[in-house]
Amino acid sequence: MNPALHAEDLTLGYDRTVVLDHLDLAIESGTVTTLIGANGCGKSTLLKAFGRLLAPTAGTVRLDGTPLSALSTREIARRLAVLPQRPLTPAATSVRDLVMRGRHPHQSLLRPWTPGDADKVAAAMSATGVADIAHRDVNELSGGQLQRAWIALVLAQETSTILLDEPTTFLDLAHQLDVLRLVRTINAERGSTIVMVLHDLSLAARFSDRLVVLHDGGVLADGGPWDVLTPGVLRVAFGLDADVIPDPRTGTPLVVPLEPSPPAAPAEARADELQTVA
Amino acid sequence: MTVTLAVLLAAGFVFTAGIAAGSANLGLLDVLGTLAGAGTRASEFIVYELRLPRAAAGLAVGLCLGLAGALTQTFSRNPLATPDILGVTSGASAGAVTAIVLGGGGYSVGASLLGFGIPVVATVGGLAAAAAVYGLAWKGGVDSYRIVLIGIGVTASLGGLTSYLVVRAQLTQATAATQWLVGSLSGVSWASVWPMVAALVVVAPIALAQSGPLGISQLGDDVAVGLGVPLQRHRLVVIAAAVLLTAAAVSAAGPVEFVAFVAPQVARRLAGAGRPPLLASALVGAVLVLIADVVARTAFTGEIPVGILTAIIGAPYLIWLLIHRKGGTL
Repeated sequence: MNPALHAEDLTLGYDRTVVLDHLDLAIESGTVTTLIGANGCGKSTLLKAFGRLLAPTAGTVRLDGTPLSALSTREIARRLAVLPQRPLTPAATSVRDLVMRGRHPHQSLLRPWTPGDADKVAAAMSATGVADIAHRDVNELSGGQLQRAWIALVLAQETSTILLDEPTTFLDLAHQLDVLRLVRTINAERGSTIVMVLHDLSLAARFSDRLVVLHDGGVLADGGPWDVLTPGVLRVAFGLDADVIPDPRTGTPLVVPLEPSPPAAPAEARADELQTVA
Repeated sequence: MTVTLAVLLAAGFVFTAGIAAGSANLGLLDVLGTLAGAGTRASEFIVYELRLPRAAAGLAVGLCLGLAGALTQTFSRNPLATPDILGVTSGASAGAVTAIVLGGGGYSVGASLLGFGIPVVATVGGLAAAAAVYGLAWKGGVDSYRIVLIGIGVTASLGGLTSYLVVRAQLTQATAATQWLVGSLSGVSWASVWPMVAALVVVAPIALAQSGPLGISQLGDDVAVGLGVPLQRHRLVVIAAAVLLTAAAVSAAGPVEFVAFVAPQVARRLAGAGRPPLLASALVGAVLVLIADVVARTAFTGEIPVGILTAIIGAPYLIWLLIHRKGGTL
C-alpha cells in the first residue's frame, strides 16, 4: 500500500534560502504524525509542501502514490485538507456558513449544493461539538470554539488526509487538550491520516503515533515518542538540557527542562558569591 | 436575496423617474406608456431620442462600476481597493486627455488619436495600464497585496502625466479635459451605451460564476488553495472582469467618482453580509448614478457633471449607514 504522503528527495526553500535539503519521508496511512523541531527548522515549510501550498525547489511529494504536480488543486482538495496556522476569520459569517465552504471541492456548476452536502456539514459540526453554535457569528466565538469550527470545515471536506499547522496556538492548556483529543477521535473514527506541527513536546508525545524531529535541513530523529524524545535529541534539536520521564498518568514521555548548569544556588548563596567576587 | 430584489425595484423606479424628469416634464405613467408603445409623437421623441440613451448610459455605468468595485474589493480583501488601483481608470484618463489635448492642438499624433475617438483611446489606455499593473505585480503569481501597491504606483505616475498634459494644454482643451476627468453623462448616445451592454452581457455572468471562490478566498490564500480554488486563475478572471467593466464605463462617461468604492460597501451593509454581494452592488451602483444624474440635470441652473454628485450623494449615505446599522462588523 502506498504511503498517504511521500516526500522524495525533497528540497524546499524561499527565494535562495534552502530550508530542507534532499529530504525523504513517508507518512503511513491512518496514523497521527507530528513534526517537531526548533523555530525555523522547516516543519511548517514541510507541511506547506505536503499541502501543495509551497512548490518544491527540487524533488516530489506523492499523495497516495501520485505526484501532487500531476493532480489539479481541486482533485487534491478532495483527498487532502489543510488547516493553516492563521486562517482569516471572515466577517459576518455563521459557523454553519464557514463549515459549508468545506464542501467546495466536491461542488461544481453542474453539481451544486445537495442534501448529501448538508448531511456532511451537520456530521462535521456535531463531531467537533459546534452544532449548538451553528448560527453564531464566527467573530463572536472564543478561541477554542473558533478552532473547533475550523476543524469542522476541514472535516466537511471529507478527505482521507488532514494537515494541521499548529492547531493549538493561542489556546489555553485545557483547550489545547480538547483539540488534540478531537484529533485522536477523528483519526480513530474516520481512519484519517493526520500530520500536524506542534510546539509542546509532551503533548506531541501524548497524542501522536510518530514524531519526526527536523533539524539542520533534514530529519534528525523519527519514530515512536520514546524513541525520539531522548535527552540527546533534545540537546541537538533545541539546544535544551532536559530529563525525559514517563508521564505518571499516560506513560508517554514527559519532557522536563533542566536549569542551565551549574544548578542554580539559592538566592542567599548567590548574593554571597557576588560579594566574594567583588 | 430580498435586498437584491429591493435594490432592483429601486433601480427600476429611478430609471423611469430619470426619463420622466427634465425641462419638458413627463409623468411616470407617460414614460411607462411610451416605453410600452402607446405614446404620442412628442413623448416618443423625448423618451427615445433625448432621455432614454442617457438613462440607459447611467444605468450601465452604475452596473459596470458597482460590479467592478465589488469584484476588486472582494478579491483584494480590502474595502479601499477600487478598480482604480488596477490602473484602468488612470490609464483611460491619460489616454483620453492625450487625445483631447494633443488632438485639439493639431499635432499629427494627437489628431490621429482623436480620429479614433476618445472612447477608443480611453479603452486602449485603460487596458494597457491594467496589463502593465498585472505584469509588474507578477512574481510567480499575483499577490493581492502586491497588486494594490503596484497599482497605486502606476496610478500616481499616470496621474502625473495627465496633470502635466492639462497644465500645458490651451484653455479650451484644458476645460474639455477637466470636464472629461470629472465624469459626465452629458455627451452620451446609444453608441456609448452598446460597449457597456456588451461588457455586461459577456463579463457579468463570468464574474458572477466566481462568487463561490470569492467567498472562499476571504479565508486567506492558503485556505482557498486547500479547498481547491485555482487561485491564480481565479484572480486573473476576477481582475480581468473588473478591468473590462471599468474600461467600458470610463470610456463612455469618464471616471465617474466614488461609485465603485461606495456601491459595494452600501450593498454589503444593506445585506448584512460579510462581503459585498455582487449583483446587489451592481444595482446599488446603478441607483446611485441614476439619482446623481437626475439631480445633476434638474436641480441646478446649468447642468453639473454627474461625477461630482455621485461622491456628494454616496459618501454621506455610507456614513449614515455606518452610524445607524447596529451589529455586524466594519
